[in-house]
This record gives sequence, C-alpha cells and structure tokens, in this order.
Amino acid sequence: MLRLYAMVAAGGFRRFAAYRVATAAGVFTNTVFGFVLSATYIALWNERPRLGGYSMDDALAYVWIGQALITVCGLMGGGFEDELIERIRTGDIAVDLYRPADLQAWWFSANAGRSAYQLLGRGVAPMAVGALVFDFALPPGPGAWLAFLLAVALGSVVGFAIWYLVAMSAFWLLDGQGVVQAAWLAGLFFSGMLLPLNVFPGTLGELARLLPWASLLQVPADVYLGKYEGWELAGAYGFQGCWALVLLGAGRAAQAAATRKVVVQGG
Amino acid sequence: MGRSPAADSRRAYGEPGLLGDSWRTYRMVAGMWIRSTMTYRSSFALTLATSFCVTFFDFVVILLMFGQVRGLGGFSFAEVALLYGTAGTSFGIADLTMGSLQKMGKRIRDGSLDTFLMRPAPLLAQVAADKFALRRFGRIAQGLMVLVWGLLLVDVAWTPLKALLLPVTVACGAVIFGAVMVLGASTQFWLQDAAEVTNSFTYGGNTLLQYPPTIFAQELVRGVVYVVPLAFVSWLPALYVLGRPAPAGVPGWAAFASPLVAAVCCGAAGLAWRAGIRSYRSTGS
Repeated sequence: MLRLYAMVAAGGFRRFAAYRVATAAGVFTNTVFGFVLSATYIALWNERPRLGGYSMDDALAYVWIGQALITVCGLMGGGFEDELIERIRTGDIAVDLYRPADLQAWWFSANAGRSAYQLLGRGVAPMAVGALVFDFALPPGPGAWLAFLLAVALGSVVGFAIWYLVAMSAFWLLDGQGVVQAAWLAGLFFSGMLLPLNVFPGTLGELARLLPWASLLQVPADVYLGKYEGWELAGAYGFQGCWALVLLGAGRAAQAAATRKVVVQGG
Repeated sequence: MGRSPAADSRRAYGEPGLLGDSWRTYRMVAGMWIRSTMTYRSSFALTLATSFCVTFFDFVVILLMFGQVRGLGGFSFAEVALLYGTAGTSFGIADLTMGSLQKMGKRIRDGSLDTFLMRPAPLLAQVAADKFALRRFGRIAQGLMVLVWGLLLVDVAWTPLKALLLPVTVACGAVIFGAVMVLGASTQFWLQDAAEVTNSFTYGGNTLLQYPPTIFAQELVRGVVYVVPLAFVSWLPALYVLGRPAPAGVPGWAAFASPLVAAVCCGAAGLAWRAGIRSYRSTGS
C-alpha cells in the first residue's frame, strides 16, 4: 500500500516536472514580484526600522521565502483543487472512489510529489536570486536548513489539508468557484503573503497568527530567520502539526459524509 | 490565412470593417456570457462581492503600512491612494475586457482555438469576450473607490488641464494594459506554457504602479518607461497631477504622452497577434 502511494507521489513530481517552460515562467514571475515587494518593504523598513521585530535583512528574506513557497505550500491555490472539483462536478470522481486506494491519501501523495517538485523547481531559483541581489542572511548551518525544511513540509501538509477541504465542498455545491475564491482570499491575506503577520496590528495580528494560514509562510519564515529557540521551535512545529491533523481530519469527515450521502453527478 | 471568412461576411453585409466587426462580435459574445451568468444571480452576487474583497484586501495592506508610517518614499497616504486608484481602475477595465486572453495557452494546447477559427468573426474579439466575467467589475469598483478617496484627501492645485488629464490617463492606462495582455496572449502561440510571464507585467505591473516610483531602483523605473511602457499607465500623468517631478530623468512632457504610447502599444500588440495567428499550427488531434 505504501508503495502505491510512493508511486503516486513520484507521479505527481514527474507530472509537474514535465512542463519546464511553465516552471521557468513561474520562476520569472515570482522573481519580478520579489523585486517589487522588496522595494516596498525597503521603503517601509526605512521609515520604521525593527517593524514587527524584523530587521531590514529579515524583512527581505521574508519576501523571497514567500515567493519561493507560493506554490509549495499552496498560498494562492493548492494547484490540485481545480482538477479535483472538476472530477466531482463531472462525476469522474466515481471512478476514483472505486479504486483500491483512499481518495484523500491518493491526492495527498500526488500533492506531496507536486510540492517537492515546486520546492526544487520554483523555490530554489527565486531564493537564490533574492539572496544574491539583496544579500540577506542564510540559515547558519545544515541543522538550521533542516529545521526550515521540516517547517516547509508541515506547511505544505496544512496547505494540502485546506485545499482538500475546499475541494470537498464541491460535493454539495457542484460549482466550487465561490468557495475557492473565498479560500484564495483568506490565504492571500492571512498567510502573510502581502505583509508579514507580525506587522498586523493588535487583535487582527493575534488572530492572524492563530489561524491555519500562519503555518504556510509565517512559521516557516520565522524558523528560517531563527526566531524560535529551543522548545519554542517544538511549539511552532506543534502549531503546524495540530492544524494539519485538525484539517486533515475535517477533510476525512467531509469525504466520508460526501461518499455516504451524495449522489454522484453524471449520466 | 488568405481571405478570412470575416472579410467575406463584411463584404456581404456591408459592415464598416474589421473594427466594427470586432466590436459587434465582442458585444454579442460578451452579452451571451452576461446573460448566462445572470441565470445564477446569487452565485454572481457572491463572486462579484469576492472579487471586490480580493482587491480590497490588496488595499488593506497599504492601509496597514500607513498605520505604521506617515509616508512611503516621501509620498503621503492620499498621494499613494491616487496612484493606486488610477492604476487599479485602468487595470480593472483591462482585466474585465481582455482578462480571458489568459486562457490562450490552454486553448492552443487543447485545440479549442480551432472552434473559434471556424467562426466567421474576428478571432481576437471572440477569444477576448469568451467567458466574459462581469464579476471582474468588482476590481474596477474598488479602484474607483480608492481613486475617489485619494482625490478627496489629496491637496492639489487643480487646473482644467489636470482635471482633464486624469480620466484620459485612466482610459489610456486601460488600453496599455489591454495591449500588454494581447501581446502576452500572442506569445502563447509559440510558448504555450509560459502564460505566467504575462502576469508579471499585468498583475506585477499593477502592483508596481500602486506604489510611488521613488521607492524603486532607478533601473526598474527606466525599464517601465522605455522597455515595457507601464509608467505611462499612471505614474507619469499622476505625478504631474500631484505636482511632482517625473522619475528617472524622464522629460516633463511625457506626462501627456499616454495616448501616443497607448496607440503604439496597440500597434505592436496587433502586429504580434497577426504574427501569432500566421504561425499557428493546430494540435490536430
């Protein structure tokens, strides 16, 4: 069984690796946005050094980590939900449900493969460009890199869980566009894509840092910047892990309810 | 291409020409999609509201920034709101009318472009009007709101020239963004998977123009003046309205050059589009 899911994951990796021009185009776009955002952050941190507890260096690193993780952690769309929703809408999902594999585990594996490819294909290059041009600090050693990678992996799992739950809504709504857009909106704002969550004022900031979207970028970025020490690091992983479990569980529950009650579309 | 069916029908019905044809086609296709959208009114209301919110959150970031600082790159909140509003409205108009061109790469890949080529109507109008999404109007509404907000707050010595320049700028900006979208769609004839590159000029350009040019590297500013002339969308005319000097050593009269630049961009986009269609080979499956 595990072998099957490993193969699905490998398939997910290869599927996205097949479109090299698309990857290059994505890297280009992420890099352009990285430059634009960097300029705005420089202006902001020039006015208010140490804003949100970040130095200018930290803020710039944050920009480029964000650009690197957009597709990896599904900050602006998980990259699979449209396909899943389409399968639910057309009724193709019935075929998937017949397969001797769990639906969620299947998509989880495929997404893990996609995510791994995006990290290598679309994450490394913008990070490298940003680090070369803006000369921000890299993690001090292999241990720090590993800690960062673990946070990214957990972020990617939370991202999957969110988008899977979004896709499940299509069983009831058929047209998932409204939910997808709402999730997209929440992700854009509450992940800290536009502005780090620790710059958000007062209660809004406290709330934003507790929501699952904080796991996608804010936590990995803070791990990268070495903001957590000792047990705090374990706490950060725990935060991501808890949201991953809760949301994956919710996804399972939705899936169970859907497959029990919903009549599949199709002729 | 030879004689196009569109030209034939034009001769048969005595229509005014390619532009008139395109306009008629665009109106028909867009009207059809609007009617189809309106069948599900509540769904439309929901997506319109979301579209408005998405762009609104975009502006919340600027509000949050100004919650922390008094000025950004020497520009006050009102001035940034004016920059944001002009660029945002222009981009919204272009996105509403031409946004469907983003799907060009997909159409070429899966061969669905052939269906459009069979119809006796101008291709560009058909593709641009396809899936016409009235919900994108939310972006225009948001841009206009910020623009009005900025206009109410900003301290400008208004002259008739400045008052006239502003609406002209918004219109020309929309044309420039639209031309960039057509150019991007044209490149899809050769680079089917590279649709995202266009985003860095459209969405990325829009984000860039929302902030004052003083915060960006001068090379970047020169790039959007001389290479991809996005600075004419809002920066140069808006800086004139605000009574600030043009950036990166650009001459002062450039503030009034937007209509000319828009015309040149349309010409370039038209040529690229033609070249694209000529080189089109169907997937043929």
